[in-house]
Amino acid sequence: MLKALEYFFELIRGIVITSRHFFVNMFFHILKLVGIKTKRKGAITTQYPEERKEIASRHRSLHRLTKREDGKPRCVACMLCMTVCPSECIYIEAAEDADPEIQKYPSTFVIDIARCCFCGFCVEACPEDAIRMDTAELEFGSRYREELVYDLDRLLR
Amino acid sequence: METLIILIKIVCTLTWFLLLTLYLTWAERKESAVVQDRIGANRASILGLRIIGLFQPFADAIKMVFKEDFTPPFSKKFLHNLAPFVSFFFVAITIAAVPFGDVLRIGGREIKLQIMDVNVGLLYILAMLSLGIYGIIISGWSSGSRYTLIGSLRGAAQLISYEVALGLSLIGVIMVFPSLRLSEIVNFQGQLLFGFLPKWGIFLQPFTFIIFLFAALAETKRVPFDLPEGESEIIGFFAEYSGLKWGLFMMTDFMEIIIVSCLLTTLFFGGWQVPWMAADGFHFPWGGEWLLPHGIVVFFQVLAFNLKVIFFCWLQILIRWTYPRFRYDQLMDMGWKLLIPLSLVNIVGTGIIMSI
Repeated sequence: MLKALEYFFELIRGIVITSRHFFVNMFFHILKLVGIKTKRKGAITTQYPEERKEIASRHRSLHRLTKREDGKPRCVACMLCMTVCPSECIYIEAAEDADPEIQKYPSTFVIDIARCCFCGFCVEACPEDAIRMDTAELEFGSRYREELVYDLDRLLR
Repeated sequence: METLIILIKIVCTLTWFLLLTLYLTWAERKESAVVQDRIGANRASILGLRIIGLFQPFADAIKMVFKEDFTPPFSKKFLHNLAPFVSFFFVAITIAAVPFGDVLRIGGREIKLQIMDVNVGLLYILAMLSLGIYGIIISGWSSGSRYTLIGSLRGAAQLISYEVALGLSLIGVIMVFPSLRLSEIVNFQGQLLFGFLPKWGIFLQPFTFIIFLFAALAETKRVPFDLPEGESEIIGFFAEYSGLKWGLFMMTDFMEIIIVSCLLTTLFFGGWQVPWMAADGFHFPWGGEWLLPHGIVVFFQVLAFNLKVIFFCWLQILIRWTYPRFRYDQLMDMGWKLLIPLSLVNIVGTGIIMSI
């Protein structure tokens, strides 16, 4: 019986906590509705498509291939990224470059984004700083798998 | 003319009931969000107009209407289709006995703001709420699935055990109040206790209020007592339902919340009574008077009733988002070993106090 009474007080404590959350949050919601700016918000939600959080500088987003000054890809088709890739989503075909300093360039460079796990190993492996994941693009979902196979034209920028 | 008035009353009351039900689904989502520091459903829009998600219930309803209405091939078709309507019907007609306000006088005619002023109003509501068990049993059994059967058996056991506590706790109230007629119960609560306190049920029977609240929460089958539904382990009596038939069960749930709120308001918080307001305006116990015309008095009464009902809906949603679920044996223990003895003690105590 005494135990039941104890539980009853615990029940009341629980509802006091939730109602405190309710009233405090409602207070800030109403302040916002009236138009008074406060430091604290009624909810911690970020309303995603309209509000966006700042992306950290080391965040790994969609890949890009960097260019030389003349617009050609910086990549020398050394195949290091293709080798290190754990999900084997990179495919490179090398071709001979006229410039003896460069020697090789990728004639095709394909990343299957649908398979990519965004580990960033390709970026770390690259000796030429040719591939980066700093586009800050996060929304590249698609309804078709073919659209997720990115080739040189879409990667180079 | 009498028939027409009754028809208008029925239409108005049902509209009120169903609209409140619809918006209770919205309120539940919003309130749970605010309790958990979220925002909640706010995306439903018409022509880009959002208004904090007020169109959400209509979007939900449209979605539910256009979903496939699947009847499992192993179910008993007729009963499977009948069950949600049984559930819905018996809750929907309980609203008939709830008094929304005192009499409204228009053109020499006195209209009671209550569809059906039966002299056993309280028993009528309890009886119809109990008949809702049939919906649960039929739906669980006719689905032909053992999980729904387990759910419906749990539901029947829970509702029957808490029905006893509910009825016994109300005996204390019935002893204090002069009648079972709900309009008379509310009229009685308009008097004053010690000259300043409104004679509401909560002040006369505070103990009964707690027992009744617990038993009524169990009757609504929501989270602290949601064993018949068991959302997390999918042993619900409506696990085999889809589309609008599932929606009817869902609406039944919310309508039960409103009916329980109406009962709590009517029995314990003075129904449509505003403190210190008589038929001609306010008479304050410290000697002031504020006379009001008849129309405004009736408006205040209906407003007071609505506010009280909405408060109790709010409280029930808050309770639903606060407590974890009971274990089954704890549930039965609380019903049979705690609430029923307490309500019996309450009856004896009330009798002793009344005889002194």
